[in-house]
Amino acid sequence: MTSLRLYSEALFRGNLHAKEETIVERMLADQNKSFLRFLTCGSVDDGKSTLIGRLLFESQRIYEDQLVTLESDSRRFGTTGDEIDYALLVDGLDDERQQGITIDVAYRFFTTSVRAFMVADTPGHEQYTRNMATGASNSDVAILLIDARKGVLPQTKRHAVICSLLGIRHIVLAVNKIDLVGYDRAIFDQIVADFSSFASQLSFASIMPIPISARYGDNVVTPSDNISWYQGVTLLRYLETIDIKSHHEAAPFRMAVQWVNRPNLDFRGYSGTVASGAVTVGDKIAVAESGRASTVKSLVTFDGNLDQARAGEAVTITLTDEVDIARGDVLCPPDDRPSVADQFSAHLLWMSEDALLPGRQYLLRVGMRLVPATITSIKHKLDIERFEHLAATQLSMNEIAVCNLSTASPIAFDAYKDNPETGGFILIDRFTNATVAVGMIDFALRRATNIHQQHTTVDQEARARIKSQKPCVLWFTGLSGSGKSSISDVVEKRLHARGYHTYGLDGDNVRHGLNRDLGFTDADRVENVRRIGEVSRLFVDAGLIVLCSFISPFEAERRMIRERMKEDEFIEIFVDTPIEECMRRDPKGLYAKAQRGEIKNFTGFDSPYETPSAPELHLRTTGKSAEELADEVLGYLRMKSIAI
Amino acid sequence: MLSEHLKRLEAESIYIIREVAAEFRNPVMLYSIGKDSGVMLHLAMKAFYPSKPPFPLLHVDTTWKFRDMITFRDNLAASLGLELIVHVNQEGIDRGINPFDSGSSLHTRVMKTEGLKQALDKYGFDAAFGGARRDEEKSRAKERIFSFRGANHGWDPKNQRPELWRLYNTRVHQNESIRVFPLSNWTELDIWLYTLAENIPIVPLYLAAERPVVRRGESLIMVDDERMRLNDGERPVMKKVRFRSLGCYPLSGAVKSDADTVEAVVQEMMTTRTSERQGRLIDTDEAASMERKKREGYF
Ligand SMILES: Nc1nc2c(ncn2[C@@H]2O[C@H](COP(=O)(O)OP(=O)(O)OP(=O)(O)O)[C@@H](O)[C@H]2O)c(=O)[nH]1
Ligand SMILES: [Mg+2]
Repeated sequence: MTSLRLYSEALFRGNLHAKEETIVERMLADQNKSFLRFLTCGSVDDGKSTLIGRLLFESQRIYEDQLVTLESDSRRFGTTGDEIDYALLVDGLDDERQQGITIDVAYRFFTTSVRAFMVADTPGHEQYTRNMATGASNSDVAILLIDARKGVLPQTKRHAVICSLLGIRHIVLAVNKIDLVGYDRAIFDQIVADFSSFASQLSFASIMPIPISARYGDNVVTPSDNISWYQGVTLLRYLETIDIKSHHEAAPFRMAVQWVNRPNLDFRGYSGTVASGAVTVGDKIAVAESGRASTVKSLVTFDGNLDQARAGEAVTITLTDEVDIARGDVLCPPDDRPSVADQFSAHLLWMSEDALLPGRQYLLRVGMRLVPATITSIKHKLDIERFEHLAATQLSMNEIAVCNLSTASPIAFDAYKDNPETGGFILIDRFTNATVAVGMIDFALRRATNIHQQHTTVDQEARARIKSQKPCVLWFTGLSGSGKSSISDVVEKRLHARGYHTYGLDGDNVRHGLNRDLGFTDADRVENVRRIGEVSRLFVDAGLIVLCSFISPFEAERRMIRERMKEDEFIEIFVDTPIEECMRRDPKGLYAKAQRGEIKNFTGFDSPYETPSAPELHLRTTGKSAEELADEVLGYLRMKSIAI
Repeated sequence: MLSEHLKRLEAESIYIIREVAAEFRNPVMLYSIGKDSGVMLHLAMKAFYPSKPPFPLLHVDTTWKFRDMITFRDNLAASLGLELIVHVNQEGIDRGINPFDSGSSLHTRVMKTEGLKQALDKYGFDAAFGGARRDEEKSRAKERIFSFRGANHGWDPKNQRPELWRLYNTRVHQNESIRVFPLSNWTELDIWLYTLAENIPIVPLYLAAERPVVRRGESLIMVDDERMRLNDGERPVMKKVRFRSLGCYPLSGAVKSDADTVEAVVQEMMTTRTSERQGRLIDTDEAASMERKKREGYF
């Protein structure tokens, strides 16, 4: 035991006593294992709390006296007859136990030999959606539960959308109560297909479907004997191994000043937690809002000064100059600053019983700053069922919308998708002080006034000249499986071999990035093709030969792209393969899925393909190899003096 | 060296503590002399360095704390040079409230909960730090880090403010306040490992020693002073015991233990089969009693 006098001395020397190596030291080292925060979500009664109770129970986080209480609670409040009701381990409020539902989020902790976990068990009831959002904002992974008997419900979709908006990238689709449907594989497959087609419109990096029984433990911690058709990992194994590294780790330095530290006249420091990136002594930094610049003199902590502070560390920064800095100011690198604007566009989840009214003033909190703000317009709200955009003049509780906001003074921020730490905000009602909305900033408005059109004498011709080539687009259109990509690949290889600078665009490099916000509705397909057309146009302007392979079923869009380009720059190549042949090949198994009804709006099935009326080139593929067809294309290019 | 896990927890707590100092007019740190309070105070010392914490400490004294706790409290505040406010509910004393005659439930309500509310009102504190952890108890697991309290200090568990990311809503009206729990995401084991790694002093009662105890039902109660009511013919016996959590001595159950160093305590924790709250007689009065007390304004 340290004596108190020694303790206080040590405190102010910042130098604490050394200890000898012990078993405890090893435990401390053991604590270096990684840490994962996840939540359970999904519709009412799908078994979220039961699942968490199970996980806690099986990971031995429950003490004996708590077990005794659980047994008596199960008899008193249980929903499971004579059996233990594991949900009662987490549903800790009186009302929850009496009503057998979850009302507010519970945060629990457990550790395995591999990882430490913080889990948020959230309520399924629509009424308490804001509590689900609370849990989701503090999680890296979501377990979305579905009752195998009920399938995908509106609330399942709502929670999926909220997870996606909040930037959760990995979700487990836990098809629960599989015991109640006889461990039936077909039911599982159907739910997975239903959900996948819905989720293709969201921005998850991965979806892991697992059939489980939270109540009996199948595939929760141990693999299930009842579900022999499932060969994948158990839920716990997944949680132990999922890689949650994100691109945010590369975000530039940001730190909002939390508290100005002035113990005496000789010391002036700015205390805060590094939100992203890192800062090193000697770095030049700027104050985003005022533009003032200075240099980092020291990074002070109680345990001694640091050379560098990284994201998540709480420090006190001193600067070489006397700069006027206050709580709320955002420190950043001078050459990599956040946006500073008083108008921006954002996604909003409304969480109050009182409707959102455009024009009313709220308080907006972003980072350490609190400013008056109004919603100037609701651009559209989201219909969660059909994933459509609807016009709206107000928002009621649990609705999601894209809005324009305006703040009383400019604020510093990044787009939420680039940096959640500096792009997320809440709105507070000025009269009740209730937290009424959560928002994710998309971009600053009035971009036109900030980005000046660059005028240049380096034009398309000049750029093409240094490549000695004639830029154009080879637009391959045709049914799925008709052979567009295979032919275009061969063409690109041959052009490249001859020294031409090419670039290929296809579903793989466009759907995951540029167009990852688009689905497969007709409207989205149109927008998909329009964007690809615009990108192709820019690439042609850059002097390249662009090869595009997209089904592009509609004549109108193909014409639109053609009209955006110069004469001779757009070469439409119709890859003509009969649908019977496409179905026979079915390289991605998509026709089979479409036939089973698992994919909607599939071209050739329930969505039309409009045959090009006057393509530059008509490739009849039956009986020919990709190489032969590529030769036909190259022959055409020679004829047009595009390539030798 | 701190583990990555403890560093993460430490930084999170420091952020929370600074946030309160920056946002509230008149904050206070509840200091209960226990191990969690010790860690919380240590974190506050770190948060503002080289400044000192810009708020006082408050101890609500029921007058039934272990003598060792009081000595420890006074020495610590003096050695750190912090202002310590001690509040006793004089009204309760005048009414003769005590753990023996009044029962644990009434004693706790009057001397702790009422006493706390009196002190908060008297000084007009608009934010109060508490060292509670979510892993302690099932209703705690449900509570926000910034927990809003209405004009009568009560918690309304069905109407908590959403708490998104680390963007805390600190707005309160006159007479309303916020309870803040910087240790929300720490477990009992984290507390001990941190105490050990940072050499934080603790009340000796947490470590095993020979102490005079009597058995009451399932519990061992330490006879800390002459006010302890002994049954006819009952005699305290010396046993090697320690406490996993400290409160009023007649209401705190000791556990038999040989763990007389913090290292040994940590090792013991790894094998224990019961929770730390088991020794606390006040929680077992009735089901969900913690939630009820919190609705009444308890921490
Ligand atoms: N047969 C069976 N019953 C289950 C399973 N999982 C949960 N249940 C039962 O389903 C009921 C609801 O479970 P909960 O865990 O409370 O559901 P929840 O999703 O947490 O509900 P809310 O939080 O209120 O939305 C309880 O009676 C559970 O025992 C399962 O895998 N199989
Ligand atoms: Mg639940």
